[in-house]
Amino acid sequence: MPVTKTDVEKIAELARLELTPEETRSFTEQLSAILGYIEKLNELDTSEVEPMSHCPTASGDAEYARRDDIVRPGLGQTLATENAPDAEAGYFKVPKVIGG
Amino acid sequence: MNLKDVTIKSLRRAIVSREISAVEVCRAALERIERRADLNAFITVTADAALERAEAIDRAADAGKELPQLAGAIIAVKDNLVMRGVRTTAGSRILFDYKPPYTATAIERLESAGAIIIGKTNLDEFAMGSSTENSAYGPVKNPWDVTRVPGGSSGGSAVAVAAGMVVAALGSDTGGSIRQPASLCGVVGLKPTYGRVSRYGLIAFGSSLDQIGPFANCVEDAAQVLTVIAGRDPMDSTSSNVATDDYIAAIEGDVRGLRVGVPREYYGEGLDAEVKEKVEAAINKLEELGAAIVDVSLPHTEYAVPVYYLIATAEASSNLARYDGVRYGFRAEEARTLREMYSRTREEGFGAEVKRRIMLGTYALSAGYYDAYYGKAQKVRSLVERDFRNAFDVCDVIATPTSPTPAFRLGEKANDPLEMYLSDIYTITANLAGVPGLSLPVGLSSSGLPVGLQLIGRHFDEATLARAAHNLELALGADFKPLRLNDEG
Repeated sequence: MPVTKTDVEKIAELARLELTPEETRSFTEQLSAILGYIEKLNELDTSEVEPMSHCPTASGDAEYARRDDIVRPGLGQTLATENAPDAEAGYFKVPKVIGG
Repeated sequence: MNLKDVTIKSLRRAIVSREISAVEVCRAALERIERRADLNAFITVTADAALERAEAIDRAADAGKELPQLAGAIIAVKDNLVMRGVRTTAGSRILFDYKPPYTATAIERLESAGAIIIGKTNLDEFAMGSSTENSAYGPVKNPWDVTRVPGGSSGGSAVAVAAGMVVAALGSDTGGSIRQPASLCGVVGLKPTYGRVSRYGLIAFGSSLDQIGPFANCVEDAAQVLTVIAGRDPMDSTSSNVATDDYIAAIEGDVRGLRVGVPREYYGEGLDAEVKEKVEAAINKLEELGAAIVDVSLPHTEYAVPVYYLIATAEASSNLARYDGVRYGFRAEEARTLREMYSRTREEGFGAEVKRRIMLGTYALSAGYYDAYYGKAQKVRSLVERDFRNAFDVCDVIATPTSPTPAFRLGEKANDPLEMYLSDIYTITANLAGVPGLSLPVGLSSSGLPVGLQLIGRHFDEATLARAAHNLELALGADFKPLRLNDEG
């Protein structure tokens, strides 16, 4: 099933990407080609197969790792906001969220 | 001094005996990095910090103190591993000025063992690519032939080792990003089992696939690094409790009776004839050394690339949602609303391949398509994993080519994403199944480009991989000579 320009615009909206018209055009073409290739998976009957969401990290006597739920110090406001493009008094500053 | 002439062990011994100082070694490394700046292997070189650490090692050696295992080892790390206070870009414009407030566990462990971190290596943006051409900091070049790619996404780390700038490097491997560049640059590259090495401080790409591992000039050095970085870390819930092995001791055994599986699916259409010949010759060598060669089948191999490009992109689209211009990195100017700020920051901050993958992943996870794409891929992933379990009933390691071709030309596949994705066809399966894989250089093509053999092992059985690879490395000694750059005579 080919991907349309409308599909690409909708996906870009979901992904918060403001694509240029040229990108919209090339992604429409490329995503169609890639998804066409991916159709190959439909050759397989997987009705009896369980999905695999992660790889095993436990084996033999070893159990899945857990750590105790203990409160520990975090980064703190100063360090946490140090890399922000805009911050003030330990808070992140962003453009207006509502209205405008 | 060429860091390709030493091993981690011999270097430490020379520093302990004061034959050479750590500062001299560090200066030599910095000089090589500078001299081959044209290869673009590094994004950031931490010369001052490295020299300071080298001085500290020399002081300890002068005082006759016991030096740790990696003392004086000059190591580079891929620039998607965070280091406190050192700019970490992930090869992206969106993190152009990010100075992390913490250090990755793998780097911390290297430093505790005496390693000298000399800088951050270039990579495909967010580790997405197979050629290291997708970096916002320019492409990396292959030192064997500068008109060719080094592979990717850990191209800078592979080149730093291949060109003798460092003794070892760390990379990350989500679909082959350590093994494929190791193969194309003629060095050893190891992707450990999923969960073997803590990923705390690795900038996430595909969280069910990502793993950190070493590049080195020989199997012994890769084993040295793995011994230091492997093991449980409370900061990463996916790091495993399974006991680690002594990987250095493990390489000493022989391969008599070792069952080496050769999966027919990895030797068909698309495999370069010369690569096939070199890989088969290496497998014959293993047989001469006493290993038993057995035919195995991994029947779902042909589905691995489509499965991977759904799962990896779906996970990436979620992981990369955090780059929104609020907490770190680049922010687009003059957006009037928060929503506009997000979209423009991401549009201007990400490169084409990253956007393409975010789009594909968002599509695969979107309402109405989730079951058909992402859900289907997870089911086929189970079948790929089952293939490996069945194969390991009759063999101990699996031997395949690492990459279907030697290094391709810069720009050759840049405009055809699908063609680029197919260069990972032999490495992706190990990430999907979570098993370890190692690439070992086994020869040169007629045009003088390295060819790599991939060995794949059972979950948490890096020891057997290292043993098989080390035996083969010794046996092939005469057939593969590491790169000598023109400038070193």
